[in-house]
Parts: sequence; structure tokens; C-alpha cells
Amino acid sequence: MSRFSKSVFVFALFSASTAAIAFDGYQGVGRQATPAEVKAWDIDVRPDFKGLPKGSGNVERGNELFEEKCASCHGSFGESNEVFTPLAGGTTKDDIKNGRVRGLSSGELPQRTTFTKVATISTVFDYIQRAMPWTAPKSLKPDEVYAILAYLLNLQEIVPADFVLSDKNIGDVQKLLPNRNGMTTDHGLWPGASAKKGGIGNGGVPDVKNVACMKNCKSTVQIGSTLPDYARTAHGELADQYRHFGPVRGTRTLEGDAAKPAAAANPNLELATKSGCMACHGVSNKIVGPGYEEVVTRYRGQTDAEARLIGKVKAGGQGAWGSVPMPPNGHLPDEDIKTLVKWILSGAK
Amino acid sequence: MVDIVKQPGLLRPAPENFLSETQVAAVAAGRRDFLRKSFLAAGAAMAAPMAARAAVEGDSNILNLPEWSTTLGKPVATNPYGMPSKFESQLLRRESPGLARVGGASVSFAPLQGLFGIITPSGLHFERHHQGWQDIDPTRHRLMINGSDDKLLKKAKVYTMDELMRLPSVSRIHFIECGANTGLEWGNVAVPTVQYTHGMLSCSEFTGVPLKTLLEDCGVDYKKARYVLAEGADGSSMTRTIPMEMVESGEVIVAYGQNGEMLRPENGYPLRLVVPGVQGVSWVKWLRRIEVGDQPYATKDEAVHYIDLLPNGLHRQYSSIQECKSVITTPSGGQSLLTQGFYNVSGLAWSGRGRIKQVDVSFDGGINWQTARLEGPIQNKALTRFNINWVWDGKPAILQSRAIDETGYVQPSYGQLRAVRGTKSIYHNNAIQSWKVVESGEVTNVQVL
Ligand code: HEC
Ligand code: HEC
Repeated sequence: MSRFSKSVFVFALFSASTAAIAFDGYQGVGRQATPAEVKAWDIDVRPDFKGLPKGSGNVERGNELFEEKCASCHGSFGESNEVFTPLAGGTTKDDIKNGRVRGLSSGELPQRTTFTKVATISTVFDYIQRAMPWTAPKSLKPDEVYAILAYLLNLQEIVPADFVLSDKNIGDVQKLLPNRNGMTTDHGLWPGASAKKGGIGNGGVPDVKNVACMKNCKSTVQIGSTLPDYARTAHGELADQYRHFGPVRGTRTLEGDAAKPAAAANPNLELATKSGCMACHGVSNKIVGPGYEEVVTRYRGQTDAEARLIGKVKAGGQGAWGSVPMPPNGHLPDEDIKTLVKWILSGAK
Repeated sequence: MVDIVKQPGLLRPAPENFLSETQVAAVAAGRRDFLRKSFLAAGAAMAAPMAARAAVEGDSNILNLPEWSTTLGKPVATNPYGMPSKFESQLLRRESPGLARVGGASVSFAPLQGLFGIITPSGLHFERHHQGWQDIDPTRHRLMINGSDDKLLKKAKVYTMDELMRLPSVSRIHFIECGANTGLEWGNVAVPTVQYTHGMLSCSEFTGVPLKTLLEDCGVDYKKARYVLAEGADGSSMTRTIPMEMVESGEVIVAYGQNGEMLRPENGYPLRLVVPGVQGVSWVKWLRRIEVGDQPYATKDEAVHYIDLLPNGLHRQYSSIQECKSVITTPSGGQSLLTQGFYNVSGLAWSGRGRIKQVDVSFDGGINWQTARLEGPIQNKALTRFNINWVWDGKPAILQSRAIDETGYVQPSYGQLRAVRGTKSIYHNNAIQSWKVVESGEVTNVQVL
């Protein structure tokens, strides 16, 4: 500070009240959070169960809730692959005993479900509470989360059908998680202090070591894999995914009609994609909402269907196909909604 | 009059996309003699520049002044927010079919095959959302900082955007890469172009307040608080654990600015965390809360996803750093070289551990390597553009790039990576990428072990 003291002094002569050239905090910026505010947002639950709300719920209630709020996307038994990888399945009694899911190393697992991976039960509680159901996150009460989690644990054969899960016994359940011993932090990809210094990881030491050879580094070039034919065309016309000028061209991968950009061929489908409808509806398959062909079948011959569906798409709602609601689409121009509904009812071709 | 200047050495009987717009128009207008001639030319291969050249007066684009040279252009502010040229409709963010089941929990890839330099245009920045994206009203957005325990922080605080934007700010260029980038290719080649192999990668200039400034404003106790939880305001309220060491270094930024304007909604408007060198999932978007704690949190996206499966069945947890990696973007898979001759081979290199020191390029599948030019300034945990001269002789070639960072770490081969991590770990695939060029000029994705 000493090299500034002279100028501070000179400045002080002009304005004695502006003495605070030395930094004195970011005054006027930010305010203390109230306890209610912290409570409203601090919803995380840690592996040591810090943050876990009090409450309880049983398997039967969980079954009802799951059927009502979760099954449409995850399947009644958490087995569905439709919107996401399955929640349940893939573990054995032995896994529960050992705390390691054998299928992960034996290659017998067709797919890694949530319970084949998770090592901390707090993770599942925390996540359901903060993010599920997907279209109505943070709508579940703690007792409902306990009940749903009890149901999932029962599906996984970790707890019996008459089990009541609560903040009191969740620690016991942790000791039965099939993959509870399945994690390691002994690697070089943690950017903080190493385990030796009280952190996690090995302090950033890489696990793979290459050397920068420059000349005659090997005698043959071994190609391990090439692009399969189906993959060459699965991403559409590559010629249209690069400029039509420049040092190279996109390779033409589709022939004839298929080469026409899909969007230009089908402005309605493009509109539906742009409007977000295709995220939840397939043309022939259900995603979150019904497939458009199902909609056509249901409303065939009903002359007032168009007007009703325009209203429904605009306002959103549930009950016609299940308990999952469609969010309102009021932000879209009326014209677009009308075009979309007409297109859907005409078979979404 | 002939309205084209024939390119000497055009190797292939030109399919439609090898012709200029004018040439296509000529063909469409019934000038089939042109096609016949160009087949002949291709047959004559590279022998000599067209003998007919002398008889040609020249390029009609030069000889007949185009309309843009002879008419009045559009006035200022015709587009109050400027848009790319109407001719630039090909380079778009795109999804990879079959990768995700619903658009709200999916990925769109940045079109690296056509980008220059190191900055990703904000509208082409890759997207990864877990529960859709939101466009949040900045006047209603709040950032809360609290402790898992009262002892870790003197005072929990709330900041508005007005207040955050009054604080001293920094602007830094950093890359962001999803931990799952190139994840589709762990086991074998799966996708055709660099957009899908490496497009969960972008680089921007971010502006904001170092998180350290805010934590110190709240009176953090660095001795006890060794972990930070970042949480989003969207439906997923994405959470990740970040080590306090990174925050203390001053590198972690609470950012509102991206490439000179506010963040785009898809990238977290109005506030996101920037965690340089660490995988994208930790750069929590729509950031609403920071909690300091004395333990890691094992959130869903660090306990069920973004964990790396090893051959022995264990998963690596809290894997975060994006190790040194590079890829050639021109030429790359799904492209075709037009003719033999000179090319500027160009690509990107980056490292989550610091600056890029060197990039070597091989044209023979890794037998011999040459050092490429790095375009400066070379920045910490930012994309670095490399270029190298190449004369293609029309023979098959395999192009590879291999980056080395300032720690001396050398980007590994597929063989080396798989020997340690197997083929099922999904995340953190930083293997050397190979592009095979065949006689026709077509470039495809292959894996060299
Ligand atoms: C509208 C469809 C939908 C509904 C309804 C829904 N989910 Fe989900 N769920 C998803 C999607 C999509 C994901 C993946 C989110 C992501 O990518 O992060 C998911 C992820 C999960 C996960 C994490 C799984 C993992 O392995 O990462 C759990 C647990 C879960 N849901 C439980 C529930 C429960 C419990 C309910 C009911 C209360 C529910 N979900 C309702 C769509 C849904
Ligand atoms: C977030 C998911 C989601 C989005 C986005 C979405 N829908 Fe839906 N949609 C649903 C669900 C769920 C239902 C079933 C509602 C019910 O059971 O009443 C549904 C039902 C419908 C129906 C049938 C309604 C009835 O009463 O039979 C139509 C038509 C429809 N959607 C069209 C659209 C259109 C057009 C868009 C785009 C503007 C769209 N949807 C966007 C989820 C969605």
C-alpha cells in the first residue's frame, strides 16, 4: 500500500469524506438470504443424508403413485425403454449380498438400469424429489418420494412388499444397495485435491501414456473399425450438411427421392418439429403423448374433433390418454396450431 | 460462349454437387454438351489444363457483371439482429438419430466441419438438456449462496442479476466439451461426420464474476468448505460437485456473457457456471444456487450418469477433467476432396489441463508425423486451431492428429485407451481420430488401433 499513500493523501485534501480508497467489500451488492428462502431452495440430499426431509411411505402407496405419475414413461415396473433407460432390473440376490453388480463385468447385462449402477440411495431420493415426474418436477411431497422409492426398492427385491421406508431406516437400505461398492474415485480426472491430501482422486495423474514418436513409428497400420453402411446414411444427406462451396464438398449419401431434404418435402412435419410436438409424439408411436395415428383412429368420423383438439393443444391438459398432462402451447400462433391439428387428423403424412 | 472455366485435374466425372451453381444451371438449361465435355476432361485426367482454355473468353461471373455489382443493396438495420447469409443453410446444430428418445433429454451437435478459428457462433453452440430448455426472465432470476452447514459460510446471500452485473467482471475464452463427446465411438465407428463424432464441443468468450469473489463476499471458510454444489433453476435443477481448489484458483466463473452478448437461452440464460477444463455437465446452466460443503454430493449426474465403466465392473465416479484431444475438421468424414493438389488441413486441439503445446499430423495412419502450425494466441483451456499444408497425390491416405498439452501428456490411440478402460465407459473418449481418404476423394471415419 505504501506506494499509493501519497496520492491517497493528496486526494484526501480534496475530499475528506472519500477516504475509502482501500477496498471495503462490495457494498450494496447482495443481501442476506432469509431462512425461508434457503429452505425453499436447499433441497439437496447428500450421501450422509444431510438434507433428507422427515417422512415415510410404503410400497403399496408407492405402487399407486408410480402407476399414476411415472408408469406412462418408465413402465409399470420401471422397465420401459421408451423415453429413457429402465430404472429397475438387472441385479441379483448375490449382488445385494456383495454390493457389486456382477453383470457389469460379466457382460451379461443387456442394459445398465439405474439400480445396477447407483451406489448411494440418497442420489435416487434427491433426484426424484428435484426432477420427477419429468413434466411436473418438484411436485412430489416427501412422503410421496419415500413411497415411490420404497416401491422401486421392492421391484429390485431389496425390500419386502410390506416395507415402510422412512428417514429413520433409509440408512439400513443403503447397506443393501446392489452396487454400493461399485464406485472408485482412484483416477486422474478429478480436478481437486487428491485422496492423499483429503480430497478424492489421484491428484490428476493420467491412466494412459502415449509418446510422441515422429518417424517410422510402426510397420503396419491396423484398422480396427470402419463406418458401417447403415451409418453412412442414417444421418441424412451429408452433402447438405456442408457448404456447397469451399475446399471440399459434403459426400452425397442418398440417391433419388430420399436425397431431397426431408424438411422441404414435409413442411408440416417441420412445423411440428419446430413447435416441439415431436419431442412427445411420434407419428405411429407413443412417446409421452399418443402417436398421431392413434389420435386419428380415436377421432375418426367426429366432426367436432378438429375444434376440440385445437383447444386442447392450445390449453394443454390430461385425462384423454392417461394422467400425464400435455403442457399448454399458447405461445404458438393460432394459425400454426390449426395447421398442426389438421395435419395430424389427416394422418400426419 | 462457354460460360465456365474448366478446372484442370477434376478427378471424377462430376456428380451434381461437384458443379458450381452456374454449371448446374447450364446443365439444367439443356447444355448437355458441357457434361459430355467434362467427362472427357475427367477421362483425360490431369494431363493438361484444357487446351480449349485459350479459346474461352473467360468466366461469365467476371465477364458479365453480376446483379450485386449493378444494383442498389439493402439499407442498414434491415435485419436489426443480423443473420447468416441465405447461402449458409447447411451448417446447423443437428441431432443424431437414435441417440436419445425424447428431444427434451437429448443432444444437438455443433457443425465443426464448417467452422473456422476457435470461437463457436452462439447459435451453433452444441446443446445438451436433461429436461428441456427455458427462457428465464432475468429480472426474476436469483442466485443464492448458502452452506451445507452454517459453520462453512458467515452469511447465506441472495444476488439479483442487477447486483451480479455490478461486480468486477472477467472475460475469458474457454472450450466446453460434454463428457460423452465421441462416446458413440468407444466400441467401434458409429457415425459419419465430425459433427457427430466430436460436435459436443464448443468454445466461447465468457464474461462474468469469479465464483471466488462471491464466496468470499459471503465469508466462506475455505478450511472447512472443500466442495461446491452448483444447482440449476430449470426443471432438472441439474446439480454437480466441483472441487474448491478450482474455485480458489479463480478460474470458475459465474457467467452471464457469451461472445459479447448475453448467454443464449439454450446455454443457460441469464446465468451459468463456467468450469474451465471440466466436462460440460458441471457448467450448470440457469444457475440458481451454490452450496459450499465438506463432502461431495453424489448427485444423479455424478452417481448414475457421467460415471465411467471399467472392464472390472467398477465405475469411476467424479471423473471431470477433459483430457488433451484433437481432431481434423477439414477434410473430415462425410466430405469429398474435389481434386488432387494442395489442401490446408485444419483442425482443433484442446486440453482440460491447460494450454496446447504441439499438434502433430500424420497422413499415413500414424507411421510418420509432422508438426502442425498452431494459430495463436494459445490460451488456457481453450480450443486451439492448427493448420498444416498437404498436397494430395490422389492415393489413399489416413489423416490423424495428435495433440500434446503443456503437462507433456500426449493424446492416446484407441488401442492404448481401450487397453486401460475397455470399450464400455461411454465418457472421456479422447482417442486419436482417423479419417481415411480413398482415390475418389471420399473421406470416411475409420479407427486405427
Ligand atoms: C413424461 C415422462 C416421464 C415421467 C412421467 C417420469 N419420468 Fe422419470 N425420467 C424421464 C426422463 C426423460 C428421464 C431422463 C432425464 C435425463 O436425461 O436426465 C427420467 C429419469 C428418471 C430417473 C433417473 C434414472 C437414471 O438412471 O438416470 C428416475 C429415478 C426417474 N426418472 C424416476 C421417475 C419417477 C419416480 C417418476 C414418477 C414420480 C417419473 N420418473 C416420471 C421421463 C419421465
Ligand atoms: C411435453 C410433452 C408434449 C408436448 C410438447 C406436446 N404434447 Fe400433445 N400430448 C401430450 C400428452 C401427454 C397428451 C395426452 C393428454 C391426455 O391424456 O389428455 C397429448 C395429447 C395430444 C393430442 C390429443 C389430445 C386429446 O385430447 O385426445 C393432440 C392432438 C396433441 N397432443 C397434439 C400436440 C401438438 C400439435 C403439439 C405441439 C404443438 C403437442 N401435442 C405437444 C404431450 C405433449
